[in-house]
Amino acid sequence: MSAVAVGGIGVVSPAGWGLKALRETLASGAPGAVQKLARPGLEKPLDVRQVPAPAQRPACFQHPRLRRSSAITRFAVSAGLEALGKNEVARFGIVTCVMSGCVQYSRRFYHEVLDNPAAASPLLFPETVFNAPGSHLGSVLGNVSMNYTLVGDPGTFLQGLALGATWVAEGRIDGCLVVGAEEVDWVTSESFRMFDKDFLLAEGAGAIYLREPRQQSEVTLECVTDSHLYSGRSRLEGAKAMRAQLPAADLLVDGIQGMRRYDRAEIEAWRDWTGQRLSPKRLLGEGLMAASPWQCIAAIDALQQGRCSSALVSVVGCNQQAIGAQFVRA
Amino acid sequence: MAQNKAFVLFPVKKQSEARVVITGAGVVSALGIGWRANAEGFRTGRVAFGPVTLFDVSRQRAKTAAEVRLPESSSNGEDRASQLLMLATKEAWTQANWEPGNDLPLVLGTTSGGMSLGEAFYRQAITTPGKRRGQPTRVLHYQPQRQALELANAFGFSGPITIIANACASGANAVGHAFELVRSGQAQRVLTGGYDALSHLVFAGFDSLQALSTTQCRPFDAARDGLGLGEGAAMLCLESLAHAQQRGTTILGEIVGYGAASDPHHLTQPDPEGNAAYQAMSAACENARIRPEQIDYINAHGTGTSLNDSAEALAITRLLGNPPARVPVSSTKPSVGHLLGAAGAIEAVVSLMALREGWLPPTGTTRELDALCNFPVVRETTRAEPQCVLSNSFGFGGANAALVLRRYS
Repeated sequence: MSAVAVGGIGVVSPAGWGLKALRETLASGAPGAVQKLARPGLEKPLDVRQVPAPAQRPACFQHPRLRRSSAITRFAVSAGLEALGKNEVARFGIVTCVMSGCVQYSRRFYHEVLDNPAAASPLLFPETVFNAPGSHLGSVLGNVSMNYTLVGDPGTFLQGLALGATWVAEGRIDGCLVVGAEEVDWVTSESFRMFDKDFLLAEGAGAIYLREPRQQSEVTLECVTDSHLYSGRSRLEGAKAMRAQLPAADLLVDGIQGMRRYDRAEIEAWRDWTGQRLSPKRLLGEGLMAASPWQCIAAIDALQQGRCSSALVSVVGCNQQAIGAQFVRA
Repeated sequence: MAQNKAFVLFPVKKQSEARVVITGAGVVSALGIGWRANAEGFRTGRVAFGPVTLFDVSRQRAKTAAEVRLPESSSNGEDRASQLLMLATKEAWTQANWEPGNDLPLVLGTTSGGMSLGEAFYRQAITTPGKRRGQPTRVLHYQPQRQALELANAFGFSGPITIIANACASGANAVGHAFELVRSGQAQRVLTGGYDALSHLVFAGFDSLQALSTTQCRPFDAARDGLGLGEGAAMLCLESLAHAQQRGTTILGEIVGYGAASDPHHLTQPDPEGNAAYQAMSAACENARIRPEQIDYINAHGTGTSLNDSAEALAITRLLGNPPARVPVSSTKPSVGHLLGAAGAIEAVVSLMALREGWLPPTGTTRELDALCNFPVVRETTRAEPQCVLSNSFGFGGANAALVLRRYS
């Protein structure tokens, strides 16, 4: 098997819960609202893009494992369940990708430790672990097979896609849910602003369910490029090497977000691109590991809607790698 | 540095199955730096715990941990976790006599990355808001992918970096994933392992769960009262047998099987019957094409917590059949503590030491064996000639992994 099919997609973003909200925001081209996040100790709040409260509390939140879970877990589970939809599989795997991970509970727990370690909450600590969202998702779905959590910069989501697709292609599992998720906190927002004051941190999740192809007209993941590391070379060189590995296509979904310095490498690498183009992060913000699945989902949705027959996703990650992927619809 | 070769991460070209050998191993733990110091400590079951000096534990239940004594020369401005990682890699790399290259994947397991830097960032952010001095550096170097990139830069190689954070199974998952990359022909060689440094947040976290022993870590003891935390790193140079033979290098051992399974029971507690642990061990044996009774020694996860050890004992008993095969079992955590993201990697190295040097590492602190243990627990220095070893790692979130290593012949 040289390609795997996209069996479903799910998304939570500052545009709202579900694919419809994302689709409408991308179609409107209007940036989402910016919220003010209090920064303890300073008067000036931080600008962020958060996920709005759901219009209706998702039924899955009643699961015992989600009672005390943090925002990132709820985003990941909601996106995962939407992507899985009505697919029924006996043997499936999960790959969850995060960069900052469970930062809200980590910050709260460490604050309690500094106050009085003897009184730090045992309920918070387990939720600080990188694999908590993936574990909760696995528990909700009753997964007993492969369940990996990968950490890295946003390009890692495409590595996760390649890993899940390889497991499916090798027949080790029947399907794989690949999820990317993040949650906003003042600690991470402030951290990123140290590198560029225009960083507008966002949160949410995206999930792609991969399985064997079943019919002709499905969207398939055709390739994931090499991981072009920024070791001994610049982001621009990495971005150019990634682009050189991708074939021609109708649509490019890039990671440009409107920050001149940060976007420079990706703009330069795709300077001569003349096809259709989408830049979800311009509207949604820098969602880190949630943003690369948003890009993939925008590409897959465009293919499923018949707006193009092949789409490229370009991820020029912040501090690890440039990596790309190609999706097609026969 | 040379640029990456133009290969893709997907689709992967199907290759014939390769044998996967270990040509380099590096280890840093509270027992010391390097193979020799650690082998001698593990062989004799030396306990390397002492009072915690890295942060204040005066208001916590547990007061001890297995800290590494780092040489002052190893700092180079890096945080503690990076130093551990660099030291272990240097030993493995030198032993394997590897050359830098542009096609070398790196697969690491960690739970915390540069956590102590994250802690320092937060303390400064709340005590002196607005003061930026040192903060950008802490943000960057806190992240595991940056530590991995620095490692690649230091040794002059490039290739995909995969960081698996499956809690306490991370190291075993990393070694297992690396093994799969070589066995499937996706890579000729892979640098892999795990690392974690002690940090206040994590220590306080386990203490808050009352999972830390206030006496001494005693795996499989009827009166066990918890685990002890340690820190360290272990790295392995894996390559295909053909690649190693072509280089004419010394082969230390072979990895022949890997199994992983998920336990949806609870975030921090294993299924009481040890079902996922059993599944991971069975899968590893199947993957290695061996029957469980062909295993000569099991390096247990053996944390010393009540719930882990009883679930693992039941899983091992189930694996070994009825009547159970007399396979000796021990846990090396009383010596160096639970190394979290490095645990699976260091225990793979201990298993390799047992295969190479002909001994079984004792669990010297265990006195009265739990009645659930239907297998012999090694409690004294034991000469043996194991041919095949199983190493278990289980973690929060239901991550379960097992590796099978074999003496190379």
